[in-house]
Amino acid sequence: MAASTGKSFVSRFGVHIAVLVFVVIWTIPTLGILVSSLRDKDQIIASGWWNSFASSSQTEAGRLPAASAQTQKDGKYVIEGNVFGDGAKRDISAFGVKAAAPTQYKAGTAADLGDGVTLQVNADGSFVLASPKAFEGDRGQRVYYASSAPPKFTTANYDAVLFSEGIGRSFMNSLTVTIPATIIPILIAAFAAYALAWMRFPGRALLIAVIIGLLVVPLQMSLIPLLKLYNGVGTFFGVPSKTYLGIWLAHTGFGLPFAIYLLRSYIAGLPREIMESARIDGASDFEIFVKIVLPLSFPVLASFAIFQFLWVWNDLLVAMVFLGTAPDQIVLTAKLNALLGSRGGNWEILTTSAFITIIVPLIVFFSLQRYFVRGLLAGSVKGG
Amino acid sequence: MAAQIFSAIFVIIIGVGGCVAYFWGANKLLDLVFPSRGVSGTAAVDNLRRQGLVRPWLFVGPAMIILTIYLIYPVIETLRLSFLDRGGANFVGLANYEWAFGDHDFRNSILNNILWLAVVPAACTFLGLIIAVLTDKIWWSTIAKSLIFLPLAISFVGASVIWKFIYEYRGEGQVQIGLLNAIIQYFGGQPQVWISLPFWNNFFLMVILIWIQTGFAMVILSSALRGIPEETLEAAVIDGANPFQIFWKIMVPQIWGTIAVVWTTITILVLKVFDIVLTMTNGQWNSQVLANLMFDWMFRGGGDFGRGATIAIIIMIAVIPIMVWNIRQANKETGGH
Repeated sequence: MAASTGKSFVSRFGVHIAVLVFVVIWTIPTLGILVSSLRDKDQIIASGWWNSFASSSQTEAGRLPAASAQTQKDGKYVIEGNVFGDGAKRDISAFGVKAAAPTQYKAGTAADLGDGVTLQVNADGSFVLASPKAFEGDRGQRVYYASSAPPKFTTANYDAVLFSEGIGRSFMNSLTVTIPATIIPILIAAFAAYALAWMRFPGRALLIAVIIGLLVVPLQMSLIPLLKLYNGVGTFFGVPSKTYLGIWLAHTGFGLPFAIYLLRSYIAGLPREIMESARIDGASDFEIFVKIVLPLSFPVLASFAIFQFLWVWNDLLVAMVFLGTAPDQIVLTAKLNALLGSRGGNWEILTTSAFITIIVPLIVFFSLQRYFVRGLLAGSVKGG
Repeated sequence: MAAQIFSAIFVIIIGVGGCVAYFWGANKLLDLVFPSRGVSGTAAVDNLRRQGLVRPWLFVGPAMIILTIYLIYPVIETLRLSFLDRGGANFVGLANYEWAFGDHDFRNSILNNILWLAVVPAACTFLGLIIAVLTDKIWWSTIAKSLIFLPLAISFVGASVIWKFIYEYRGEGQVQIGLLNAIIQYFGGQPQVWISLPFWNNFFLMVILIWIQTGFAMVILSSALRGIPEETLEAAVIDGANPFQIFWKIMVPQIWGTIAVVWTTITILVLKVFDIVLTMTNGQWNSQVLANLMFDWMFRGGGDFGRGATIAIIIMIAVIPIMVWNIRQANKETGGH
């Protein structure tokens, strides 16, 4: 576009800033779950993920040892130790003895608790509680402190989710559903598309119109009759009604209108001369299709395969209707939906599961983006 | 699990092999029944003609059978079921439709669907167009577009988890780990449970779909913009048009057809939106939409197929104008072919 001629430096700079703002807004949500899925699960709830590279601070409460731990030193009764015990090291910034004021005193200073009793908690967690009189009672002094832990990243969430939450199994189920449901429609659609593009037969125009009409039929229209049909077939033959075969065929059926439409418009655009010269050489339609049309159509076949793969992998509705929810059938999207209900607050599980669910589409998308965009353009700009 | 992988591979081989065998075998059979080689001239011509009559149906046959079972028959059956009772045994006339328009949930869903239809296609198209124009001339447009396009590959369920994390609310005195509430708090506002705020929660759900679909609009519109002749724009610049005039008066009218396609495609998607509502609120707090309500009735209390079918028919009715327009548009195009 020539619109940039005569634009000032400022307005060109403004364009970069504006695009950057859009990119940041569109990327941050995904980044959030990626970062969170790698964080320690206690830290996820202690600080926002955008702070995950800073130390996270949290207020904790503890109880000092009881009177039995006291020793006498310089005429005073003293209890010493470390509030963390032998546990992980954190930095204490402030402490207090009342729940209402948990960070009343700075770390390293001695707090006067009244009656000559002093308490000092240092940054490393060591403390000294001193009193002129002997301590009594078997409950130690309550103490509150604000500690900060260094950022901690881990793959433990992935271990947990893949192997004990059942996401690993669902991942396999998703692959089992997706791969056949992507491959089966391609061949069926390709033959139909060729016939609709290059063969003359009565009713062809009507068939094309029906397919274009079916493109926009909402899936919801099919669900109840097919559910009844599947249940009927299941009862009649005494087989389960929710099977992988059932969902493969369902996805094939739902994907076919788009597949035929996309492939037909591409195949119809192939040069007529190639077909005619092959026909003059005595090739049949079948030979022309297999030897000429299929190889030439590779880009559009790839486009459709990517679409169908993403659509089937990301589908929830069809999977919920035609597959069961037992571990041997539940797919990733349905599993994630179930986890949202049962593990609503466990963000380490949800973010990790979500990331596992989206990683395969993202890889497919980034490695084959060219074909994806091409299919998108061919599939929707027609008629525009 | 090993058995499952094995059976999947087995099915791929059987399925693909079966397709290949069918197409190859059916063609072979046709050649055998009506031989065109090795017979006398007139017989060969006759047989070729007969082959030409049969062969197209061998090619489109499997597709037609599957489309009939999975789409055409269900459309008719759903229409029939919408006049029957919950079990599908007794004819009830228009009772299901009367129920629907008197039902609070249904009316709420219709209103929400209208809200979705008014906001989402417009927002996606507008944002997509803006981004397409902005990225047209910058050197890092490929990476920028890829990142904005990326949510299109994410499932609605995955996107719902992503955004639920952004809308997360934690009780008073706790650290807000949801980005939205953290920002609100930073500027001194009061954190909210966003997805349960009636009416406004619809918009928080719509944001998810807009986030996903803007990339789609951007890619399509960006390629349409590139189709505008360079000379047209240059002429406008020479005539002293400013960037806003160029955008509104030159670019937008030139790609009007593409804008309509993007708009209708997203409109159809909005009518079918189901996963986002199911996973975010399941229709609570007045956020129900038709597609989710239909799913609900399909299984509620063992399933009420009559009411479910009725809701499906109403979604279908909303799609029909677009369907008719598409078919007419396609007929115009293929008229000469």
